[in-house]
Amino acid sequence: MAKIFAVTIILIAIGSAIPILMHTWTLPQDISVHGPLIDEQYSDTMAEAGISFLASQFLLAFFIWKFSHPQPGAKIRNFPGGAMGLVIAAFLLVGTEVLALGVFGAKAWASVYFTPPAANAMPVQVQASQFAFYFRYPGPDGKFGPLHPELISEANQNFFGLDTTHDPDSKDDIVTAEMAIPVNREVHLLMHSKDLGHSFFVPELRVQQDFVPGLDLSVHFTATKVGKYEIVCTQLCGLGHYNMKAYLEVKSPEDFDSWLKQQAAMQ
Amino acid sequence: MRLEQEEVSSMATTVPEPPKIEPLRSPSLSSGKGGWRNLTPADGNLQLVKDHSPAPASTGIWVVLAAISMSFAAYTSALIVRQGSALDWRHFSLPPVLYLNTLVIFASSITLEISRRRIRSFMGGVRDQTARPARWLYITLFLGLLFVAGQTFAWLQLRRQGFGLATNVSYSFFYVLTVAHALHVLGGLAGLARVMVKLQHFTLRRSTLDATSRYWHFIGVLWLYLLFLLWMKM
Amino acid sequence: MHDMSAHVAPHGAPTSFIRKHVFSLDHKVIGKQYYGLALVAVFAGMVLSWLMRIHLGWTNFAIPGLHFLSANGAPGNVMTPEYYLQLMTMHGTIMVFFVLTTAPFAAFGNFFLPIQVGAEDMPFPHFNMMSFWVTFVAFLVLVSSFFVSDGPTLGGWTQYAPLSAIGAIAGPGQGLGVVLWATSIALFCVGQLLGALNFITTTLDMRTKGMSLMRLPLSAWAWFITSVMGLTAFSVLMPACILLILDHMAGTSFFVSSNLVINDQLQSAHSGGSTLLWQHLFWFFGHPEVYIAIVPGLGIVSHVLITNMRRPMLSHRVLIYSFGALAVLSYMVYGHHMFVSGMNPYSSLAFSFPTLIITIPSTVIVLIWLGSLYGSKLRINTASLFALGFISMFISGGISGFFLAQPSIDIMLHATYFVVGHFHLVMAVAAIFGIFAGTYFWFPKMTGRMMHEGMGKLHFWLTFVGAYCIFMPFHYLGIAGNVRRYQAFVDDYLQPLIPVHRFITVAALLTGLAQFIFLYNLIHSRFKGAPAPDNPWEATSLEWTTATPPPHDNFAGKLPVVYHDPYQYGIESSSGDYVMQNSPERIKTAYDEK
Repeated sequence: MAKIFAVTIILIAIGSAIPILMHTWTLPQDISVHGPLIDEQYSDTMAEAGISFLASQFLLAFFIWKFSHPQPGAKIRNFPGGAMGLVIAAFLLVGTEVLALGVFGAKAWASVYFTPPAANAMPVQVQASQFAFYFRYPGPDGKFGPLHPELISEANQNFFGLDTTHDPDSKDDIVTAEMAIPVNREVHLLMHSKDLGHSFFVPELRVQQDFVPGLDLSVHFTATKVGKYEIVCTQLCGLGHYNMKAYLEVKSPEDFDSWLKQQAAMQ
Repeated sequence: MRLEQEEVSSMATTVPEPPKIEPLRSPSLSSGKGGWRNLTPADGNLQLVKDHSPAPASTGIWVVLAAISMSFAAYTSALIVRQGSALDWRHFSLPPVLYLNTLVIFASSITLEISRRRIRSFMGGVRDQTARPARWLYITLFLGLLFVAGQTFAWLQLRRQGFGLATNVSYSFFYVLTVAHALHVLGGLAGLARVMVKLQHFTLRRSTLDATSRYWHFIGVLWLYLLFLLWMKM
Repeated sequence: MHDMSAHVAPHGAPTSFIRKHVFSLDHKVIGKQYYGLALVAVFAGMVLSWLMRIHLGWTNFAIPGLHFLSANGAPGNVMTPEYYLQLMTMHGTIMVFFVLTTAPFAAFGNFFLPIQVGAEDMPFPHFNMMSFWVTFVAFLVLVSSFFVSDGPTLGGWTQYAPLSAIGAIAGPGQGLGVVLWATSIALFCVGQLLGALNFITTTLDMRTKGMSLMRLPLSAWAWFITSVMGLTAFSVLMPACILLILDHMAGTSFFVSSNLVINDQLQSAHSGGSTLLWQHLFWFFGHPEVYIAIVPGLGIVSHVLITNMRRPMLSHRVLIYSFGALAVLSYMVYGHHMFVSGMNPYSSLAFSFPTLIITIPSTVIVLIWLGSLYGSKLRINTASLFALGFISMFISGGISGFFLAQPSIDIMLHATYFVVGHFHLVMAVAAIFGIFAGTYFWFPKMTGRMMHEGMGKLHFWLTFVGAYCIFMPFHYLGIAGNVRRYQAFVDDYLQPLIPVHRFITVAALLTGLAQFIFLYNLIHSRFKGAPAPDNPWEATSLEWTTATPPPHDNFAGKLPVVYHDPYQYGIESSSGDYVMQNSPERIKTAYDEK
């Protein structure tokens, strides 16, 4: 039985590795400027993880195979190097590996979070609520009007709580249910939540950030490929969580301008 | 390498652990079930050995105090984070009765110590009929109850002034901290009552008495800390 | 200095049925009661997972009989979205608290720690009894939320605020269900703190003569370290739950911020609360909690493996230090659950380093195990199979942690099935394997009968292969971006993944069915199993020196004296290749001296 067990472990290990090696399921295509650093980090980690995984499962299987039918009279033997050798190996191999991953991973993280948005980044505001995302563009005046939570009314389609009569900056704000951005232009996404915790996740854009009630957060990114992508909520927010999504369209600058004009006309 | 050899060699040729011979200590304060356990091993070669590990009650009370400290540390960090995260903290002056209660609980620690020393000498056989150790325990218990009554007075006073649990977050924390502390005081009073009952039946162990006293003093120190925290933050 | 016999508030053997089996002060009975509770809980949690998996594979399927469980939640037997989330929340809560914390730690630990240290019982038997009954009541309170009109809470076992704190207006399940959840968990904390008190004082103060700390078996060390973690972690969760209940019921605003608008109504009752505060408090507890779930398994597996390898571990001390290192580091890593939570991104980096470093003691443990397998005389039986299976599961689950430990990669994997696969493999499945290993190993001592070996091996094979079939694909789903806690997959990019979910569901149902082999084996062997000798595994630790099952005071009035380290195997003695800890016999090495 031990030998069958050993073989089973090996088969499971190889079986688990095959979908990864064959790229059956991969990270969605990367359409962001900061994505390559993340993807490189991911591949490096996958390589190291894969090697560690296969090596340790194989070793386990091999030892089970080899040492489960001892000859009568065989003596117990110690692993060469003993415990100290293994401890040193763990510290050196794993220690260097994880520190390397940590240090290089910090660069990928820093490129997302420690760099401020460019001065000419296009501001877009997103509000998360049960169970929809709504977006706001500042309009020609480039300014967002103030928000009045007490004025929010889904019934009246005043999703953001704008007071267009008294706030001049709000008059030209454009509120949409879908998000569109121009390709190759940095976007500064201003995030807040209307009611509880949500999250903004676009796998292709390599962006995931929680909305925190009470906090105004932001992320910035640049999309590099035209197309239609999905924004999904990843922070459990109630029964409609699975259905809370919006489309993100990355358009050419001309298409984006005409889209924005269309949206403005519909306000 | 050295580790491995040490392990292998210590595992290979085991020598019975040499007996630890401790100097004689004073007998326990138990009811006369008395003395030490004879742990003569099977081959009878080891000398009579004594068990010198600490009484579980004294380890146990430190465990309890650690848990209580962690929970109040959690409340403290919640207070600090919450105060820093919004601008709605309303400061208020603490009800003056709190300072009186502080004196009361401090006094109760003193009376407990007096009582504890008298009980110990009483049970050690020192003949001092005027000691009446139980009396000081009663006083401690009374002071403890007085403390809880005083805290209740403070809560009712604030309520009457219109400052309830949800009036403002500062009041929320005030109530949470002082109520949590008062509940632990009640627990301490239960412990003291148990000590009193055991004393009357001559079944009180020294470790029980010491552990209960340690708890009570801790509750007093905890109150000082909470008072300071509340005074600073409110 | 004191009287040891008087410590254990001496309780003579009980006579009445109630005192013997219900309100018992005997740690062995308490251990069995915990085991029974965990058994009920694990089957309940498993059935919940079946319901979840069926719904995920076939979302509009009418599951026969479901509307009896909840008329609101499953009209026409089709699960509503909220009911899925409610079942999911209860699955997680029941499994993490009432199975993974209870069985490996409270059940086996209560039964065997006092015996392994050589004591008659734990020093505070009344608190110990209370610890079980408080835990039991906590379970009842949790389960009662199935029967309130709004149903159980749907906020996940993590109960993030404000969803959990703001009240019924947040949707179905967020009314009374939340309060019952928080009350149940607060009670659970009390029960575990009482247990930790006993475990710590037993290990430190109740060891018999000759039992130095280094002579304790690895299972005893694991229980001790776990109880210290429990002491410090549960005492933080309880205040958090209390604050949550106050926000929910008393209108306070610890966690609920201002200007929230739900159903077009401004929630003016609450203001200024900190959403992240709940996450910090919860995860400060939550990360040590997952180590509380796994460390006893590390100890049990080590203990079982050593007996079946017929040799001690390469280094007893290094394992103990590694367990301790895991425990200490577990407090420094909790922010890795919050990398994209909106907390300061510098904090995220700060938390990622200890998270990566905790790989080191984990690796040391696995390497010591593997290195000890080398040159051993491995015996294959159901217990050792589950112990070896634990190693495989722990490796698999641990390695997926590499990815999640790095914030930049976590951007892609947070809140996806990758996380779900990771924690199920490394914690749930591995810990369950530890529980199985402990059961098959210790059943003879606990009941006086042997379990059926053939059934045990069948159970092992089906579970080992089945668990991999279920949880390895979770990682692929996560890589592809499959978000977790979704009751159905409506997004375009998720459609191609639904067949994978169906495969997983089938695997889950089959593997779940296999667990009934275990249940049958357990119950049948309890009454009809072959009588067990006192030391069926030729093991060395003190539990094998007692009668089977042990008498009320464990050692029939004669506490053992310990002469040897706990794992004297691979030597030559009068009993064979091992010598028991309480045997005064001096032995010679049978090692290959290199």
